[in-house]
Amino acid sequence: MKHTAKPLSSIFVTLAGKKNNPVTNNHYYKIPLQMKSLIFLFLAFLSLNVNGQTADEILKKVDQNISSKNRIFESSMTIHGKRVNRTITSKTYSIGIKQSFTEYYSPARERGTKMLKLEDRLWIYSPSSDRTIQLSGQLLRQSLMGSDLSYEDMMEDRKLTELYIATVLGQEQLNGRKVYLLGLTAKVPNTAYHTIKMWIDSQRFVPLKEELFAKSGQLLKRIAFSNVKKVQGRWFPMSINFKDVLKHGHGTTFNITSIKFDQRIPAYIFTKASLKK
Amino acid sequence: MIKFIFKGVLRDKNRSLLPVIVVSIGVFLTILLSGWMKGIFSDMIDINANQTAGHVKIMTRSYAENQSQLPNDLALIGVDTLLLHLRKEYPEMDWVKRIEFGALLDVPDKKGETRAQGPAFGKAIDLISPQSAEVKRLNIRSSIVKGRIPNHGGEALISNEFAKQFNVNVGDKITLFGSTMTGGMMIQSFRVSGTLNFGSSVLDRGAVIIDIKDAQQALDMKDAASEILGYFKDGVYNDKAAKAVKKAFNTKYSSTNNPYSPEMFTLRDQDSLGQYLDMADHMSSIMVLILILAMSIVLWNAGLLGGLRRYGEFGIRLALGEGKGHIYQTLLYEAILIGLIGTVLGTILGLGASFYLQEYGLDFSSMMKNITMILPHVYRAKVTPELFYIGFFPGLLATTFGNAIAGIAIFRRQTARLFKELET
Repeated sequence: MKHTAKPLSSIFVTLAGKKNNPVTNNHYYKIPLQMKSLIFLFLAFLSLNVNGQTADEILKKVDQNISSKNRIFESSMTIHGKRVNRTITSKTYSIGIKQSFTEYYSPARERGTKMLKLEDRLWIYSPSSDRTIQLSGQLLRQSLMGSDLSYEDMMEDRKLTELYIATVLGQEQLNGRKVYLLGLTAKVPNTAYHTIKMWIDSQRFVPLKEELFAKSGQLLKRIAFSNVKKVQGRWFPMSINFKDVLKHGHGTTFNITSIKFDQRIPAYIFTKASLKK
Repeated sequence: MIKFIFKGVLRDKNRSLLPVIVVSIGVFLTILLSGWMKGIFSDMIDINANQTAGHVKIMTRSYAENQSQLPNDLALIGVDTLLLHLRKEYPEMDWVKRIEFGALLDVPDKKGETRAQGPAFGKAIDLISPQSAEVKRLNIRSSIVKGRIPNHGGEALISNEFAKQFNVNVGDKITLFGSTMTGGMMIQSFRVSGTLNFGSSVLDRGAVIIDIKDAQQALDMKDAASEILGYFKDGVYNDKAAKAVKKAFNTKYSSTNNPYSPEMFTLRDQDSLGQYLDMADHMSSIMVLILILAMSIVLWNAGLLGGLRRYGEFGIRLALGEGKGHIYQTLLYEAILIGLIGTVLGTILGLGASFYLQEYGLDFSSMMKNITMILPHVYRAKVTPELFYIGFFPGLLATTFGNAIAGIAIFRRQTARLFKELET
């Protein structure tokens, strides 16, 4: 007798389909209701628990590595355009998802440009025109400086466990490392991406690859994480490649040159006055 | 004989009045509708040519594929050299560079922070050079509602509707926020020198016009432009000449292997303008054909009625020995004469009405508030040399044709029974 391996998710689909199918209910094998419930719970437990770890536990470990009370990092972002590559260097201060401040150092044209994000509003200050432009709502999903990142992507650091319900879809090998494949579905409204497929290093608990989808199921972005280093006792990917699949071009590589977690950041940094300093 | 027929036509009003009125109305309608339709199509073609399409347009092959997205990262590079070549190789045309871009128009408060903002369609043209024909081409001077045309860099024209919506006055500062050609951030402030009505709903909702040099600086497009447009110096699109220029240019400069090589398109190649051109060309013929058919039916009827009324007259003439062919011939001469009189009257009336509509037009702005095409609000007729003679086709053909059919009855009369018929 041949057995064909099926992903756990397909088992859920089959079970759920038969439950609502009158033909199946009438003429297929009959399983007592309690037994059905037990099988369902067992399969659900299997899907949420790999090697003794539930999806939530895995995500929590990822959050422990990636998220922090606050962070200060310097970065260089290379946008691989169709015709030219452009590198932008900057320094960012952020506290959770609500407060973020970035100052751009290069290229010369962007030097001195500053961005401040407080809650769901963003201010951009341009020293050449001495203007502060405010962006909010859908405008925050626009491309940041022609890159494959949106303003939201750049300035958000919200814990995944707060935003998504996770399920373990399986285990795979990626770039020679064992990874958990997690499926994340948004549990709060207004998230930038409704579902995420995430490949998580099973030993260091950092994401190595992500695919971000819209509510319609349309793939929006692919993210590849690399150069994972230990910083202040946590694993962190220092190089991230973003590819907006809806955009022409060859993606954006975001390299973190230095990062510090849980620092003392003066409160004035996150005020509009600091934009013109 | 013509003098005799002419006197007959003038003295017997019953014979001539109705056909002359019918022919005059038909010719009047032919000329007026032809002129007006031609005017509408010409306006549409001209406004599209002047605003966006040019008589020919050069873009990179990649830009052309994504033109609706205004992808300035795919814009033409080395435009100054290319313009030099174009002016030397095709001196029969005016060549201009333009930049089109999307941006957020931000209006600051006293502290320099955002007071209001909205999406804007930006157009950059040569506003300032004294030799530039762009201001005239885009009809900017007569579209100004408040203020003036920019006379130095750093000034902008914005649509009057936009200015009213955001409470922006002449002299106020506005900022354009968008992306540079290389993807960088564009935050550039301008002083509003004037507001204008474009006469097209799309542009009136949110357009900004700045000088091309300002745009090149703001968008990091030094020696680059979204497109180069070519216009025939007489201002009239010539499809044959445009195709010849396109063929020569593309053979020399365009390469299918290079997505950034320039490629030329004629006005006919762009959007639905080819269909408009065809419709404009055929409009007079269509109108003439329709009216010839309609008028022929009416005049055939009029001829039949006239034939019945003149039954006795034809009978006497036949009885007196006049040949059937001769009577038929005089009937046709009469028809031609009536056609001529009606056509001249109709042409005078039609041309008068066309001249009036050419000058004042009909304003449809209240019906076009939600239309998102670049269309004019006032539709004018266009008086062309053709209008002076096209009325003669339906005027003469319809009367002659109508009377020729009606007059066939003459040949059916039996000469032997004439006196018996005349007695009754």
